[in-house]
Amino acid sequence: MNAVEIKNIKKTFAVEKSTVTALHDISFEVNRGELFGLIGPDGAGKTTLFRLLTTLMLADSGTAKVDGYDVVTDFKEIRKRVGYMPGRFSLYQDLTVEENLSFFATLFNTSIEENYELVKDIYVQIEKFKTRKAGALSGGMKQKLALCCALIHKPSVLFLDEPTTGVDAVSRVEFWDLLRNLQQQNITILVSTPYMDEAGLCDRVALIQDGRILDIDTPVGITEKFSDPLWSVRTDNMYKLLVDMTSMDEVISCYPFGQEHHVVFKGDSGKSKAEAQLSQLGYQGIHFKKIEAGIEDCFMSLMKQK
Amino acid sequence: MLYVVDETEINVKGKSISVRNLTKRFGSFTAVDNITFDVGQGEIFGFLGANGAGKTTAMRMLCGLSMPTSGEATVAGFDLYKSADKIKENIGYMSQKFSLYEDLTVRENIRFYGGIYGLSNAEIKSKTEHLAESLKLEDKLNSLVKSLPLGWKQKLSFSVAMIHDPKIVFLDEPTGGVDPITRREFWTMIFEAANRGTTVFATTHYMDEAEYCNTVSIMVDGQIAEMGAPDELKTKFSAKDMGEVFLQLARGAKRGDE
Repeated sequence: MNAVEIKNIKKTFAVEKSTVTALHDISFEVNRGELFGLIGPDGAGKTTLFRLLTTLMLADSGTAKVDGYDVVTDFKEIRKRVGYMPGRFSLYQDLTVEENLSFFATLFNTSIEENYELVKDIYVQIEKFKTRKAGALSGGMKQKLALCCALIHKPSVLFLDEPTTGVDAVSRVEFWDLLRNLQQQNITILVSTPYMDEAGLCDRVALIQDGRILDIDTPVGITEKFSDPLWSVRTDNMYKLLVDMTSMDEVISCYPFGQEHHVVFKGDSGKSKAEAQLSQLGYQGIHFKKIEAGIEDCFMSLMKQK
Repeated sequence: MLYVVDETEINVKGKSISVRNLTKRFGSFTAVDNITFDVGQGEIFGFLGANGAGKTTAMRMLCGLSMPTSGEATVAGFDLYKSADKIKENIGYMSQKFSLYEDLTVRENIRFYGGIYGLSNAEIKSKTEHLAESLKLEDKLNSLVKSLPLGWKQKLSFSVAMIHDPKIVFLDEPTGGVDPITRREFWTMIFEAANRGTTVFATTHYMDEAEYCNTVSIMVDGQIAEMGAPDELKTKFSAKDMGEVFLQLARGAKRGDE
């Protein structure tokens, strides 16, 4: 039995006089014990999917099971078994750290003591603020408290909606370390993120855009499917190079990536033709280096194919 | 390891922002602790730091919104203490939360901000036409801003921050949440502005975006721990990218999450 099974899920919303389709016929499975990433920008449908799976919302059509239970008929069973950390901080701001945790434990008929082992590694990091009101915590601390509250009833499947958005790079790395540890405790984790570089930290990922899955695979599996040769290039005036290369017929795509541009040429002769044009434009000693595609290269390429 | 600028006197020539020993205390807490740096005209300057390092406080001072406790700064040629209002006229500001009015149309937002910055009706009219064309928003001019996709809101928000052709534009985490193509389209607008001579002062949590900057400074516990071109910093820290540089520096932070 898979931890999550989604079949042909469709969800639309009425917005003023029109209808917006948030999820178009989505199907996939998440294996038990997997750390599964839902990677995509705002508006892709990540939150809607999480709300359907946590039984907070009904789909227009299609079926979904979590931990073997149907999200419509068995919603009460599912609510006992899942932990959900919404994208927006949803704890009680005027309760203290300790009161929040104890409140959520009580809701699920358990106590902090009973499942302390599960949250210990995280809770010790915020324990010194246990008498502070949740509203007065910093972003990173709120996030850790929210994770503790989502875990305190020992869920079998954990849903984390953009836990690292707006969090600095150090806290992000620490948060992913925590997730890896949780995975060791036999919890299936579904995590959504707009940061493409976090895809590599998941066992498998679904790339999602405009309510459609662009691809589902292991991070390596996704990057291996990038079939065109990909080149990186650097020069002194990167903006001028971007403008010049984007306008060339021989160039399929040219995107800035940090200090380099990543370029895909048209056909086998595209590169040499483009190089000839660049030298006519006065570029000197410009060197293209063959590189392996990353998740972000793949995401953009898949976006353009759709 | 602190970054030190040799000159102690402020020299505004060719410099868009000059900061010397700038400090801001809130009671016993020193949010910004004696920072010193320069930003050249037309430069893209990345202002990085962990949450709570003091970036927002420093940025608010440079925008003339908060008075320093001590130290000196010149922004767009104007002194922070004497001419804070002049600074406000000469800079643009865009935050992640946008300052656009969701329940006004695109056209109304442009007119509103044009008016705030003292543009004439004729200038507002021509700016509106120009923006509609360059952002491909011709069909959307009379739509409410709240109906626009996030990527368009970001581009419009940036354009509105630039409506009075400011000398410097401050961008506070401008690209959160959009898809990777839209994020690059947005940065292309930034490159374009810098290419025309506008100084860009930006914060971001995307470390690849830090590498788009000519110069990057990294704040730790209220101080500038390092500053330099991305290449220099990567060499210095034997790091493969700016993400590693950032992690090495920010891991040593004592405060931030308290």
